Amino acid sequence: MSALAVEGLDVRHGLLQAVHGVSLQVAEGEIVALVGANGAGKTTLLRTIAGAHAPYSGKVLLEGEDVTAVPAHKRVAKGVALVPEGRKLFTAMTVDENLRLAGAVGRKGDWTVDRVLETFPMLKARRHARCGGLSGGEQQATAIGRALMTNPRVLLLDEVSLGLSPLAVDLVYASLKGLIESRTTILLVEQDLTRALGVSQRVICMLEGRIVLEGASRSVTREQVTEAYFGLGRDHNASAGKTS
Amino acid sequence: MTLLNAIIQGTLLGGYYAMIAVGLSFMVGVMRIINLAHGSLAIFAAFFLLVLSQKFGISPFLALVVVLPAMAGIGWLLQRGILERSTRAGPLVPILSTFGLAIVIDNLLFEQFGANTQSLAPSIGSLSYDSWALTDTIYVGKLAVLTFAAAVALLGGLQLLLSYTTVGLAIRATSEDPDTAELIGVNARAINATAAAIALVTVAIAGMFLAMRATFDPYAGSLQLIFAFEAAVIGGTGSLWGTLVGGIVLGLAQSMGAQIHPQGFLIAGHAVFLLILFTRRFWTVQSFKLLAGMLVGSRTA
Repeated sequence: MSALAVEGLDVRHGLLQAVHGVSLQVAEGEIVALVGANGAGKTTLLRTIAGAHAPYSGKVLLEGEDVTAVPAHKRVAKGVALVPEGRKLFTAMTVDENLRLAGAVGRKGDWTVDRVLETFPMLKARRHARCGGLSGGEQQATAIGRALMTNPRVLLLDEVSLGLSPLAVDLVYASLKGLIESRTTILLVEQDLTRALGVSQRVICMLEGRIVLEGASRSVTREQVTEAYFGLGRDHNASAGKTS
Repeated sequence: MTLLNAIIQGTLLGGYYAMIAVGLSFMVGVMRIINLAHGSLAIFAAFFLLVLSQKFGISPFLALVVVLPAMAGIGWLLQRGILERSTRAGPLVPILSTFGLAIVIDNLLFEQFGANTQSLAPSIGSLSYDSWALTDTIYVGKLAVLTFAAAVALLGGLQLLLSYTTVGLAIRATSEDPDTAELIGVNARAINATAAAIALVTVAIAGMFLAMRATFDPYAGSLQLIFAFEAAVIGGTGSLWGTLVGGIVLGLAQSMGAQIHPQGFLIAGHAVFLLILFTRRFWTVQSFKLLAGMLVGSRTA
């Protein structure tokens, strides 16, 4: 049974439909990268899986259990954690307080503040600093650490490299490596294609709310992904369909 | 000696103002809600205590055992029934809805208890007039000292709650970003209702001290609201320890004002409040100009 499954998901923001009938599955311990242009519906999809948006129709399943109607804070207890786009830390609180709160209200497990600090050594010196004053990389590490403190079975990472210097991105990904090796199930949105393909086992490309390409990260080529990413193949396919 | 006495009495009075401002400051700072029914709710709690202590002949302190949980429950309902709905309609709507609530509470109390002034002072025996002699000429009222100590304890307790407990952290996280708080497992609606319950517990305690030290009537809430507002604003809205400082500044101003002129009590308090409000505005503009001047200067250099 897949750790996470989405079936025929439609999500609307008012009149705008952001996600059209998306179905996907992520197996236990698998790392899936979600790529696509801005506005393709990636963030909306992740937020719907986490429970921050109610879908218009469709289902979200966790280890086979339908959690579509479960509110976000209870979904955390079932093992879903989202690292939101833009980090969304509680800036008036310290790193330690952000982590402790998540540990106290999240799912029980073996993540502790100390273990997060081991995973992200750059946070050790900033443990009691207010999050508002941290660098982008430190904030991102805290945001990931905060999600880990809820002991997720499925970790959703939304654009962890957004707004960070290349050096900070390297640091964050280096710290994530331990996590990846511990076989945590991860669904991540990443704009950097090389990084997305390098870190994941499978890649899913979205375009205008639909999945247009899905395949093993090792077997798909950059060209295939780029084509799907910009929707270049569509007109060609459509005309090919007509002539045949 | 008169001056020293005025300072001591003013500081103790400040403890009382801090006490009635705690709930208001907590709601503004943590829940981002301006509760205009604050004073009326304190008067409501005072009547509640009065009824219990008269009916059963018990001390108001004992009556708190019933009143505090009841007020906490009212806070919960207030959040779920009124504040949550009105906050959804925009940040200004809670001001209107709590203003309306204040009118409703005042008039219900008036209908029930009439216009007579009441006091809890008869229920607390000699505590209402006992004092300690500091010197031959300076006396401090036991009730005033108790009020001051209670205000410090209440503010300190809230500060500890917000800094060290899970509920406190959750309240702070929810006030900053309820959407993200939900994503790490905080039940934001329940936490907001809990915060409102805590705020109304402090309002009940404030109502008790108000009723023990002076008289009150069904329409006394609005004056208490003004004092609470002044203390909270002088101290910097939302800062808990600032509220204590604000209360003391207000108390000192009133006490000094009374020294200057027998009727200078209230006006001195309001004047200092306005002065601080305007000075703060002036300072920000001034420092902004200074900064702009430095930037222009560095560019031309």
